[in-house]
Amino acid sequence: MMVTVAMSVSSQAGVDESTLVAQSRQGDTVAFGELVRRYEAKIFRLAQHVTQNREDAEDVLQETFMKAYEHLDQFQGNSKFYTWIVRIAVNQALMKLRRRKTDKSVSLDETIDTGEDTIVREIAAWDEDPEQRFSREELGGILDTAVESLEPPYRSVFVLRDIEELSTEETADALGLSIPAVKSRLLRARLQLREKLTRYFKRKGDDAFAYM
Amino acid sequence: MLTCRDFLNELSDYLDETVDKEVLAKLEHHITECPNCWVIADTTRKTIRIYKGMDPHPLPSDVESRLMQALEKKIAAGKSRQTT
Repeated sequence: MMVTVAMSVSSQAGVDESTLVAQSRQGDTVAFGELVRRYEAKIFRLAQHVTQNREDAEDVLQETFMKAYEHLDQFQGNSKFYTWIVRIAVNQALMKLRRRKTDKSVSLDETIDTGEDTIVREIAAWDEDPEQRFSREELGGILDTAVESLEPPYRSVFVLRDIEELSTEETADALGLSIPAVKSRLLRARLQLREKLTRYFKRKGDDAFAYM
Repeated sequence: MLTCRDFLNELSDYLDETVDKEVLAKLEHHITECPNCWVIADTTRKTIRIYKGMDPHPLPSDVESRLMQALEKKIAAGKSRQTT
């Protein structure tokens, strides 16, 4: 049987999410196709950030939407559909990471050194909109490289909180972490990224402390 | 008296605006007197803002067509199960 998920231009682009979910549950594949189209790019980005591997990310993308379709009847509707599929995607991505046993650097369960590693080494002011100095493409490269250089436990938290914009509670839930663990990892991730980006974004010709 | 370490520990909550009024007043007082912490707060705020503003790249067409094929197969398999 030929089924079309209707990824061509859809008349449902403006339909609200809960309606699409309800229609999908009734077996409307066009409605489900619209849900996929709304979130596929974000889910792929999330999967790439967590797995750091394009092939794995593509698997995660497919598995996420297949599982979502299969378990639509379990979606409670008291959270957003997006949050629900993010949780599925995170689980799939973490499974991929765990399967890569040869790479010891990818465990999310590793004990994190709780020492004071929130040290700030470089303090330099940035311009108001420092990102304007770079093309969209250059900026994307700088931001991606910086995120990739974070240790996995920090990276996952940062990606969910500050890129995918999940709440602290949703992030804790998706990663199986406590709220204090999410908060402390997020702080470190933000500070580390700030430090890495300072190299690109600091005010030109401005030495550290020059404003003092 | 708030130290720079105390300020850093509260930084995320401060930037997320989830600190209570009393703590907020202390933090804001600290950055009026500590230029280093002011710069750290300002540049961390910009870091978060820049990442939040990034839209994902559209899905590459080959990735999208494989996703659609996988989903169509899945849906077709589900439907044929229902009809048998």
